Amino acid sequence: MMRKESATISSSTIIKAEGLTRRFGDFTAVDHVDLDIEQGDIFGFLGPNGSGKTTVIRMLCGLLRPSQGRATILGNDVQHNSEAVKRSIGYMSQQFSLYGDLSVMENLKFYAGIYGIPRKERPARINEVIDIVGIGEYRRQLAMRLSGGWKQRLALACALVHRPKLMFLDEPTAGIDPVARRDLWNLLFDLAGQGITFFVSTHYMDEAERCSHIGYIYFSKLIVCGTPGDLKRLPEVTPEGAVRLELRCPRIAAAMRCLNTFDYVLDATIFADVVHVLAQEGYEKQIVDDLGRHGFPGATVHPIPATLEDVFVTLSRKRAKENGRV
Amino acid sequence: MFRGLYAIIYKETRHILRDPKTLFLMLLIPMLELTIFGYAVNLDVKNIPTVVYNLDGREPSRKLVDAFVNTGYFTVVGTAHSDAGMYGAIVAGNVKVGIKIPPDFTDTLVTGTTTKVQVLIDGSDSTSALQALNTSNAIAFGQSIKILSRVVGGVTEMPLEVRPRILFNPDMKTANFMIPGLVGVILQVVIMLLTAFAIVREKEQGTLEQLMVTPVSRLGLILGKLVPYGFVGICESISVLFLMRTLFQVQIAGNILYLAGFTLIFLFTTLSLGLLISTFTDNQIQALQFSFLILLPSFLLSGFMFPQETMPAIIYWIGQVVPATYFIRILRGIILRDAPLEALWHSGLILACMGVCIITLATLRFRKTLA
Repeated sequence: MMRKESATISSSTIIKAEGLTRRFGDFTAVDHVDLDIEQGDIFGFLGPNGSGKTTVIRMLCGLLRPSQGRATILGNDVQHNSEAVKRSIGYMSQQFSLYGDLSVMENLKFYAGIYGIPRKERPARINEVIDIVGIGEYRRQLAMRLSGGWKQRLALACALVHRPKLMFLDEPTAGIDPVARRDLWNLLFDLAGQGITFFVSTHYMDEAERCSHIGYIYFSKLIVCGTPGDLKRLPEVTPEGAVRLELRCPRIAAAMRCLNTFDYVLDATIFADVVHVLAQEGYEKQIVDDLGRHGFPGATVHPIPATLEDVFVTLSRKRAKENGRV
Repeated sequence: MFRGLYAIIYKETRHILRDPKTLFLMLLIPMLELTIFGYAVNLDVKNIPTVVYNLDGREPSRKLVDAFVNTGYFTVVGTAHSDAGMYGAIVAGNVKVGIKIPPDFTDTLVTGTTTKVQVLIDGSDSTSALQALNTSNAIAFGQSIKILSRVVGGVTEMPLEVRPRILFNPDMKTANFMIPGLVGVILQVVIMLLTAFAIVREKEQGTLEQLMVTPVSRLGLILGKLVPYGFVGICESISVLFLMRTLFQVQIAGNILYLAGFTLIFLFTTLSLGLLISTFTDNQIQALQFSFLILLPSFLLSGFMFPQETMPAIIYWIGQVVPATYFIRILRGIILRDAPLEALWHSGLILACMGVCIITLATLRFRKTLA
């Protein structure tokens, strides 16, 4: 567990998982995952499709029984005390799962009722979440007529109506436009500031950068966990004696192929109009010269820190090699 | 135990009211079915098309034909002029009965020897054939008695008379017998389908997963689905019974409160059955397939069409697990026979027990976890 020691006020553990495992027949969807998430965190849960993200979330919500291992949410065991867990969490699944033929207000009333909020408190509580997500002007609108971004906000409002301490969001921004995506994240920061802990799965790197903590799951295993800063400084990502460089030159696609033939170049990936190169230390000058000799004159390089994408690409390749999948 | 019940009832009611077209169809279709099938399931054979091949043509032979027509069972639609013509008309399906009167009919009547009238009956329609056969025999018997009494003289009364009286349905109208049964079968079908999709639809939409992470209780969810559709079921029952009374003129002889009470029990059992189907299917197509498992036995094995007493033992017992079987017994009992409670409670109790077992099974089968 790579967690930067928090210098702020002591925080308490909200999610604790030990050896959490789920098998479907012969297939192990989640393999011994350990988690330790504290109050107020925005925990970004990353991984390729099919790596086990949704399965982990479903186990933590009490929707799926773990085959092995255990997890507690706010001290309640997810397997044996799942009803207590359900009362204290909010959950937003991947696809829109509210009632399209009910209005915004009716959906909210329904969830307020389901969570057993006393009848008298309901109007105030519903207005509270309407204000939080700002969906007031669509009160009477049928949920199915809302745009993708507003649907997500409504889903968030429904999941917040019982004031959960912990929210699980399974790819909340999949398929919504960039503006709505940005707005939703700002909303999450607001709520996190009020002490709600978020467990958010995503595969957008820019979203991962905004999380306070990140876990990366790859082929059913949680391979790394920590703050974005911790992860970028991992020795596995930028090995000792290596340096990450940003390289600018014309015809970068051809240049990258050329770079890969140099034996001091460990890795090269194109990012927009530049190439990120992982090379052995001390070859910064030689790269430019060698490229020039191979028909790519005028290249410039300067050192850069690793991005999260570098982290995940490097770690994934390393794992794939270990597993024999190249 | 009932956590979330009111919220689910609220939500389901909204769903139903939000879609007036579906609600309208829910009420219209059973009435439409009763109207169509109510007229179709008529076993009364009247006006059998008949062809006459009269080789005699004198008054006594015409009187005989009148005797056939006067029963109401035969309608003369044509005359034949040859054996082949009469036979051909039956083969062609234009007529179902052919009456051939020999040329010496009047003569043999006068001389007192036996005269032979041939009646050809199309056996491919067994109901009409049986009716035609019985009526023909009765006419021959009646006419013979008349002639004999004239010959013997002085006989004004029959030495023996059987006086059958059909209770509860004196006119032997099949409507009276069939319509209450049809009401039972139609309600079985439409009401079970109301809830057969109730949970499986949420599985398909993905909304069930969201519900599973809420603290809603299983019984709250199941009953919350049952209650609103129960109201739809009550409306359907009332409309169908109303149609039975007005359109088909079937009087409700018995206690209307008994009818209401037993109908509620039946609704509970049938809606529960629909919910049970909904819990063990993954999509609406599967739910529909499962429903057919109940629907056909409701028509064929419930005693609606065929008497259950004559069924082979295994088939008979399949009929006994269909709720419609008991409901039809109750309906016929109350509507036709004004049956007292002592005669009805047995069927009612079985229905209620079935309902409780089914809803328990549905609740236990429904898990708040994914497979």
